[in-house]
Amino acid sequence: MELTGAQILMECLKREGVDTIFGYPGGAVIEVFDELSRHQDALKTILVRHEQAGVHAADGYARASGKVGVCLVTSGPGATNAVTGIATAYCDSIPLVVFTGQVPTRLIGNDAFQEVDIVGITRPCTKHNYLVKDIRDLSGIIRQAFYLARTGRPGPVLVDLPKDVMTGKGEFVWPADVRMRSYNPTYKPNLVQLRRAAELLVKAKKPLILMGGGVISSNASGVLTDMAMRYQIPVVSTLMGLGGFPGTHSLWFGMVGMHGFVSANKAVGEADVLIAVGSRFADRVTGKISAFASNSRIIHIDIDPTSIRKNVSVDVPVVADCREAVIGLAEVLAARAEEKDWPNEHKDWLAGLDRYRKGNPLSYVRNGEIKPQQVIEAVYELVKDDDAVIATEVGQHQMWAAQFFKYTTPRSFLSSGGLGTMGYGLPAAMGGQIAMPDRRVICIAGDGSIQMNSQEFATIVHNKLPVKVIILNNCYLGMVRQWQELFFKQNYMCTPMDGQPDFVKLADAYGAEGYRITEEADLVPTLQKALASPNPVIVDVRVAREENVYPMVPAGKGLDEMLLV
Amino acid sequence: MRYVLSVLVENEPGVLSRVAGLFSGRGFNIESLNVAQTLEPGVSHMTITTSGDAQIIEQIIKQLRKLVTVIKVVDFQELAAVEREMMLIKVQADDSRRGEVLRIADIFRCKVVDVSLLDLTLEVTGNYEKIGAVINLLNRFGIKEMARTGTMAMKRSMQRDS
Repeated sequence: MELTGAQILMECLKREGVDTIFGYPGGAVIEVFDELSRHQDALKTILVRHEQAGVHAADGYARASGKVGVCLVTSGPGATNAVTGIATAYCDSIPLVVFTGQVPTRLIGNDAFQEVDIVGITRPCTKHNYLVKDIRDLSGIIRQAFYLARTGRPGPVLVDLPKDVMTGKGEFVWPADVRMRSYNPTYKPNLVQLRRAAELLVKAKKPLILMGGGVISSNASGVLTDMAMRYQIPVVSTLMGLGGFPGTHSLWFGMVGMHGFVSANKAVGEADVLIAVGSRFADRVTGKISAFASNSRIIHIDIDPTSIRKNVSVDVPVVADCREAVIGLAEVLAARAEEKDWPNEHKDWLAGLDRYRKGNPLSYVRNGEIKPQQVIEAVYELVKDDDAVIATEVGQHQMWAAQFFKYTTPRSFLSSGGLGTMGYGLPAAMGGQIAMPDRRVICIAGDGSIQMNSQEFATIVHNKLPVKVIILNNCYLGMVRQWQELFFKQNYMCTPMDGQPDFVKLADAYGAEGYRITEEADLVPTLQKALASPNPVIVDVRVAREENVYPMVPAGKGLDEMLLV
Repeated sequence: MRYVLSVLVENEPGVLSRVAGLFSGRGFNIESLNVAQTLEPGVSHMTITTSGDAQIIEQIIKQLRKLVTVIKVVDFQELAAVEREMMLIKVQADDSRRGEVLRIADIFRCKVVDVSLLDLTLEVTGNYEKIGAVINLLNRFGIKEMARTGTMAMKRSMQRDS
């Protein structure tokens, strides 16, 4: 039977297991939305208020659920608005398929109304992208798009849909499988490399696991935790890996990097064997490369060969799916487990790290003002038993949310790590809440970044999503202000956020609950009330204005050159 | 260090810009690049000449392999290979100098493909070094115009013991 392109799209989405689409209509996709109206039982469509937020919402949905997030926007400005969201997902390897409308094929290249070359624009920030020129290619391309998005190193894939391809008719054929001769990710680890890795670990006196976002995306958390516990190997993590290992465990020594824990950054400096799992050694993680893990042999597990030896030279490269590689390594280690008294031989190492942890814990000075760190601690105490999902915007609050909240399960921390996109958190929380309707979803925001996508309060209220937004309001673009304080002689150019809206009234205007906290004594009771509400809530917490995030490794310095409180 | 890479790609729209965009976006050099179809329909062959240290070249090769439309990348550094480039070069050659230019053309086995009262156009084939030598020698007569294909390469059938 012949179907229209729009109908074929619906059939493909259902076969890919899609249940939610974040979208925004427009001229080039009006037929697709028309068709979508007849599939709302299966393909629930959430109307966002800005395309950037639509992609972030699909991204939050993907991070929280592990499924592919889907977004559908119109051509031209709809497509260009989506670019920041796509680049955000690309940097953090999040599986998305973004459909953009396009002008009819006969008009492509004519500077038609709302025409942009979105395939050209997004080429460097997608894993791959397609322009569908012929309806006969449509189902095959969609199948490939989902396959590429979720396999190998995941990432966003864009499919550009000209209007005439959507309105034209063609036979619907669902390809039985996907075969691409030019795309074959390596999942299975090389046994020789695993044996070399095991050899290093057997001899190691101070081994350390550094986990990154790959642990989350490959669902390696469980096997990694087992391996760390069995062989008594301490664990540290990048921002992207948070939740991959329980933050309450005695082997956990915290986040590494620019705002990493003293114990974690010291551990990296002192380790003799570093097992990096699913981390790309970004500059925010390593600090000055020449000083990074300088006493350490490095075992690097990553599914993307380009991640290996890109920034850091490696002794044992393992190109594989993180989960498969950790399972394989654990097997090889099991065969040699008797060669070493693991707990005993690592005892001094762990004790030394514990001294760093106890001697230099995360800290801040209480002085009667509400300290932003204190807010995160209070939120943590209130929700720690109910597996909350925390989404963040980008800035100081993001770092405090990474430091002071103890994540215990994967997919519970949604944050823009690589691109550092302000405006990510609110829509990501929205997507996360839709993916996880039974979990409590909290967006930790700053007063600057919340204003970058605050229009999504409308989407949240309209869809009755009980997202809790906690604004650490210091009336500054705090992270930039911190740099200005430390490195630019306190010249606070364009960082005071004067002319801020009244966030409680804003909540009211959108139909959400709003609370303001100005006194320390009100902090816990008001947060408690806000978090217990079944409704969307905005909490405006007036925090100490010029609090800084510490520890801090200034850009370009080594990880041991930390500024402390 | 100069490297020659052979890249097999799916012949679909945009594939050249994916490869070129990868080089420009990541700050890699392209010295020359040529593309043409192969015997297999739907597959094109690119030869890319680039430069960098070993770590950069490793990244270039890995990044190329990561492109979804790239089928295969061969690094000729590791292999015995035949390397050729063709150049058309128009040299000033009036009566007084024509003989000298023709002698040089003869030594390098160039073909004369066009001639006028004032200049000669030569077709030169050879590896990178030979092309460079011809340009150097003809420079003093005055080169009016030149066009080069960029390097093409092919693996030799007999390889050194490996």
